[in-house]
Amino acid sequence: MGKAGDEAKPRVAVHKFSSCDGCQLAFLDLGEDLVRLAELVDFVHFAEAGPVDPEAETDIAFVEGSISTPGEAERIKRIRANTRYLVPIGACATSGGIQALRNLHDGKQWLADVYPSPEYVESLATSTGIADNVTVDYQLWGCPVNGRQVLAAVRALLWGVDPVPERDKVCMECKRAGHVCVLVSRGQPCLGPVTVTGCGALCPAFGRDCYGCYGPAENPNPDALGRRFEGLGLMREDVARRFHFIHSHREPLHGAGLRWGGGGGRGP
Amino acid sequence: MSDQTRRIDIDVPVLSRVEGEGALEVHAAGGRITDLKLRIFEPPRMFERFLEGRGYHEVADAVARICGICPVAYQMSAVQALESIFGVEPGDWVRAMRRVFYCGEWIQSHALHIHLLALPDFFGYDSALAMAADYPGEVRRGMRLQALGNELMALFGARAVHPVGARVGGFHHAPKAADVADLRGRLEAAIPEAEALARWAAGFDLPDNGQEFPCLALRNGADYPMNRGRIAASTGLDVPVAEFADHVTEEQVPHSTAFHARLDGEPYLVGPLARLNINADVLPAATRALLADTGPALPSTNPFHSLLARALEIHAALVEAVRLLGDYRVPERPYAEVAPRAGTGYGATEAPRGVLWHRYETDDAGRVTAARIVPPTAQNQARMEEDLRLSLEARGLDAPDDELRFLGERVIRNYDPCISCATHFLDLTVHRR
Ligand code: SF4
Ligand code: SF4
Repeated sequence: MGKAGDEAKPRVAVHKFSSCDGCQLAFLDLGEDLVRLAELVDFVHFAEAGPVDPEAETDIAFVEGSISTPGEAERIKRIRANTRYLVPIGACATSGGIQALRNLHDGKQWLADVYPSPEYVESLATSTGIADNVTVDYQLWGCPVNGRQVLAAVRALLWGVDPVPERDKVCMECKRAGHVCVLVSRGQPCLGPVTVTGCGALCPAFGRDCYGCYGPAENPNPDALGRRFEGLGLMREDVARRFHFIHSHREPLHGAGLRWGGGGGRGP
Repeated sequence: MSDQTRRIDIDVPVLSRVEGEGALEVHAAGGRITDLKLRIFEPPRMFERFLEGRGYHEVADAVARICGICPVAYQMSAVQALESIFGVEPGDWVRAMRRVFYCGEWIQSHALHIHLLALPDFFGYDSALAMAADYPGEVRRGMRLQALGNELMALFGARAVHPVGARVGGFHHAPKAADVADLRGRLEAAIPEAEALARWAAGFDLPDNGQEFPCLALRNGADYPMNRGRIAASTGLDVPVAEFADHVTEEQVPHSTAFHARLDGEPYLVGPLARLNINADVLPAATRALLADTGPALPSTNPFHSLLARALEIHAALVEAVRLLGDYRVPERPYAEVAPRAGTGYGATEAPRGVLWHRYETDDAGRVTAARIVPPTAQNQARMEEDLRLSLEARGLDAPDDELRFLGERVIRNYDPCISCATHFLDLTVHRR
């Protein structure tokens, strides 16, 4: 990367915030395609892959991870100012991620429970998505996002190839693929009816319930699904935990989880 | 002029080619290091806290999110701990297939580390992508191995990052025999590629870096450890997994950034080289023969042999996966039934970066009431700092700053520190100087 003559190439950065690094793997697992992509764009900052220049001006800045420290809240503003397109990738970056579960509790107290000297730890009481902090241009859902999604975003933003945003529910994809419905046939509390697709309906294909890692679909009805789960024998707190998992900070899952009794006191 | 008075400050604000974010600060005066800090920027995500109140069946999907590069390790240590509480015996099929699943993660993670993160250091490039232009065959071979590891993970987990197939008791789904046969053929075909990789890596010019350090790994005496064994160390330690925390203590260190783990008070090494030092005798025969050709002589005291150890472990993982899938059959049910109960349980498996230890307490309904996770990078943290001190002083602090900075980065990267996977690494507010 960074050879002479790169000036004309689109400049791309991949930044990391509070995350598991799993979404960056959507690039690092591309294999041949990563080598080709690196010929088409100039990765000016992608610490895990090599180049480090966090303050560089970019055309696209992909951001993995959530905002969970005061330093991150500052850093994202500078990235916003330095880039044409800001693209949060993954559940952490779009809705605070699994670590946003702290938002339902006393985040400061949690810190004190985990660390003997919490005063050394600089952490916000909440974990939030990028769009809660700065304006974003395009978002990729999923925990994790996959290579198909990130390549489509690059093509869309730089070469005007329209990406087809996923709108279907996992349920529709699941039915199209002809999988046996785990909710109907096995009584599993599947979140497919309220979750947006993009994963490929992997969970029901494996005979298990979807747990919502791509986040809520448009116009879902989580309360109706919650009542269905109750009918399957789940306690209210179990229903609440279904809604408060990977995307707990995002509506309507956040509100639904609270209505079902989650978020109070210690644990749902 | 002189070393007596020369003061150097090496500051690497963002480490490249490590998973997660870290930084190194070194202060030296009079030819000696006066202060060395490996700072970790990784903000706490507090998994141990939000696991409390979760049902046992939710744990595998939650802990996977600690690390996108070794989610299988997190899932396997967790289900093992929970099964020990519930008295579940998953049976031979599950045990064998978990080992295969784990092989996939080793192949993927080691190939990623060797090629995308470490190799550029050996050849003087700043990234694997830059290196690919001059070494297309080698870089592509590495990417093929990485992809094969990912495929093996996806065979059992539907995807390689946060796979969805693992559950307490076994797997949600058994792969089809035809899919297994297809992938097995390609794994077998890759064994010579792994062999070539190890032979190539054995020829690298390594910094001569003999150091004394204890090694710790799982050991069961029968096969190379992935998800089964006692806690063994080169100090002679040999205890059940439940007693790990009696010997390994973690402390929060204000001058550094992470919980530092110590083995009976000393820094120690976990990971591929520690495993090789402790378990070479139980490698698959073909890998043992390869090791005899490539070296290193064991036990190795040069941490830079870790790259070769990773290459040998890719070979071993391919050989094991091919063997274990050889008489594959689809079982009647890919998991054992689970009846939750209250109790305390321990799990330890060999993540690509070393021993990953979990402890859970559950109530009668199988809900987690307490969780503790000790990841490998936290265990290596004190050893990394010790290695940095020794390596930089051995090089001589009169070397140019750039050279020292490069050596320091290289030493750190050699540990393949997966900083995200540290559940309770710290972002520090207190910075001296
Ligand atoms: S969204 Fe999921 S896969 Fe992506 S960084 Fe966050 S935890 Fe990891
Ligand atoms: S298994 Fe889940 S995603 Fe598939 S049809 Fe049933 S409810 Fe919908």
